Amino acid sequence: MSLRVFVPCETTALSLGAGDVATLISREAEARGLEIELVRNGSRGLFWLEPLVEVDDGTGRRAFGPVDTADVASLLDSHFGDDHPLALGPTDELPWLKQQQRVTFARLGVTDPVSLNDYRATGGFDGLHNALELTPQQLVDKVKASGLRGRGGAAFPTGIKWQTVLDAAGAQKYIVCNADEGDSGTFADRLVMECDPYMLIEGMIIAGLAVGATQGYIYLREEYPLAHRHLDLAIARAEAAGYLGNNIQNSGRAFALEVRLGAGAYICGEETSLLESLEGKRGMVRAKPPLPAIEGLFGLPTVVNNVLSLAAVPSILRDGPEHYAGFGVERSRGTLPFQLAGNIAQGGLVELAFGHSLRELIEDFGGGSASGRPVRAVQVGGPLGAYLSPAQFDTALDYEAFSAIGAVLGHGGVVVFDDSVDMAEQARFSMEFCVEESCGKCTPCRIGSTRGVEVIDRIMRGENRDANMALLEDLCDTMIQGSLCAMGGMTPFPVKSAYTLFPEDFQRQGGEA
Amino acid sequence: MDETQAGVPDTVETIVTSLKHKPGALLPILHGIQDHLGYIPDDAIPVIARALRITAADVHGVVSFYHYFRSEQPGRHVVELCRAEACQARGARALEAHAKARLGVDYGQTTTDRSITLKPVYCLGNCATGPSVRVGEHIKGRMDPARFDRLVDDLTTYKLELN
Ligand SMILES: Cc1cc2nc3c(=O)[nH]c(=O)nc-3n(C[C@H](O)[C@H](O)[C@H](O)COP(=O)(O)O)c2cc1C
Ligand code: SF4
Ligand code: FES
Repeated sequence: MSLRVFVPCETTALSLGAGDVATLISREAEARGLEIELVRNGSRGLFWLEPLVEVDDGTGRRAFGPVDTADVASLLDSHFGDDHPLALGPTDELPWLKQQQRVTFARLGVTDPVSLNDYRATGGFDGLHNALELTPQQLVDKVKASGLRGRGGAAFPTGIKWQTVLDAAGAQKYIVCNADEGDSGTFADRLVMECDPYMLIEGMIIAGLAVGATQGYIYLREEYPLAHRHLDLAIARAEAAGYLGNNIQNSGRAFALEVRLGAGAYICGEETSLLESLEGKRGMVRAKPPLPAIEGLFGLPTVVNNVLSLAAVPSILRDGPEHYAGFGVERSRGTLPFQLAGNIAQGGLVELAFGHSLRELIEDFGGGSASGRPVRAVQVGGPLGAYLSPAQFDTALDYEAFSAIGAVLGHGGVVVFDDSVDMAEQARFSMEFCVEESCGKCTPCRIGSTRGVEVIDRIMRGENRDANMALLEDLCDTMIQGSLCAMGGMTPFPVKSAYTLFPEDFQRQGGEA
Repeated sequence: MDETQAGVPDTVETIVTSLKHKPGALLPILHGIQDHLGYIPDDAIPVIARALRITAADVHGVVSFYHYFRSEQPGRHVVELCRAEACQARGARALEAHAKARLGVDYGQTTTDRSITLKPVYCLGNCATGPSVRVGEHIKGRMDPARFDRLVDDLTTYKLELN
């Protein structure tokens, strides 16, 4: 066989030059009369090694990285030899990958994302075929038995949400995939959509079968152009192959799917705001109840689930709920794809069963900070998540353990800062972000965050520090108690953790760095 | 983006007609218009309102709610700098100061030669290899002041080649 060469077509790899590397590999191979088959796969998620090029001469895949355009000629001259300085050995043996528990992300970077054949050859649509043999109630029961909880942030049991929609009366029901992924430090949804889009499509079809919905929407943030392209392509191919449409695999069941783009508003990740936006309105948060499960899109019963929640479904239906529930601890079952980001030496996607420690994630997988300086603070769970200090790194990665220390796992984003961080600046940014992104419906959030920025500015200038610290505390409490949604209600979490764990940063003299 | 003024109403009309039957058609229509024209002209608003049977104030309210939609023609390139936490941890604040000084503009403004409009963005999902910058469909990682200057040079040189 000719040599197969894999170069990722995925945002982070491309952001580091994978596109040029791919072009150059083709050109240089041709110049040498070397026959290769160039495959544009997804990323394996080892971002510090991107562009990560793999080759397969029939004996298994071997990795090279990070590959710069300047390395291409020597790679070809060495025939991708194991003695090339960038050689990393067999991909599957890379410890960083081998020590993960990749369930949802088993296919990540292995396949060509938009190839239906690749998808089917790796167990794709097996879950759907099983689902077509089951009743809606049996499907909902499988998801309940898996213990899956929503991966978008609130960790609500997915099976119970589906049951509510199944039981609700409605001539039309909807499956809405929340692909707004607005949290800084997160990219797992993006990786699903760019690198394994059929898995999300399959999960949504199964959700439709389970609750009796025939229309699905993926609400995708505008900031993800490549995910958009891959999803549209995958949907068109899935339609052509009879996985979507009026007669799914000749079962007589129907499901249609469409991508809708957001327009740069963090609040549209909140499910009711998202529904308003899908209806063509401003993304103003709705009061709950009614729950979207009862009165959702256009007032009809709607499942709103995160990308990762829906992406977990095909494997639950293929391998059985017991297999999925076999991972994890206590009430946190299955796996969570953690995303190592910020100032981290070995950033990327780490899928693990719940129950490992934050320290393992940051030190063993992450290899500490990228700058080589000591890690000082870590923000877990996006911009509304608390900052943690190294003293808390032994906390177990499960929903309850995090909530016990006033923190959240959220969507699994882990953002690392070294000791050059100014935590008063970070607290100020949290408030500033809330000013920018508040939907404006309630006063504590809309006005409180503006006041928050001003108060922190005064503290940073050293004006009436004690009085202003007391004011900041009051303000945080008002926001927590008086906000309609978690935007205003949780913005104080990072702020409070910053001044509680790092008080010295709030006590500098004005102007002192 | 090079439609003549005379072409604008036709473009808007065509997009509105092709999308107005979709449930929740407003955002798809606005995206369609901005994709084609680079912004949402004021003249488009009554056309959209009539087609969707809502008020012009409703349409305007939606356009102004979303950071992505703009009511004015941007520069030839829109450069978005990520301001969010993971990029901050890699030096986004310094990059931001450099970019504003280099281009001589603040966020939301366009350089005097109309080549670049600078915008903030909150996360591009490229958070392990920041600071991140987006130009159109392209996202660039590990941006620093020197690479930013090269990027700007490339973008402005391209403009000269076109003319
Ligand atoms: C301000 C705010 C932003 C949110 N952003 C997102 C998001 O980007 N993606 C997401 O899936 N959920 C987000 N959520 C959570 C959703 O409201 C909702 O809980 C989730 O979509 C439900 O799906 P799940 O049960 O599968 O997690 C956000 C919530 C709030 C309050
Ligand atoms: S807390 Fe903020 S974002 Fe949430 S509803 Fe109130 S104003 Fe809107
Ligand atoms: S925080 Fe900048 S790309 Fe995510």
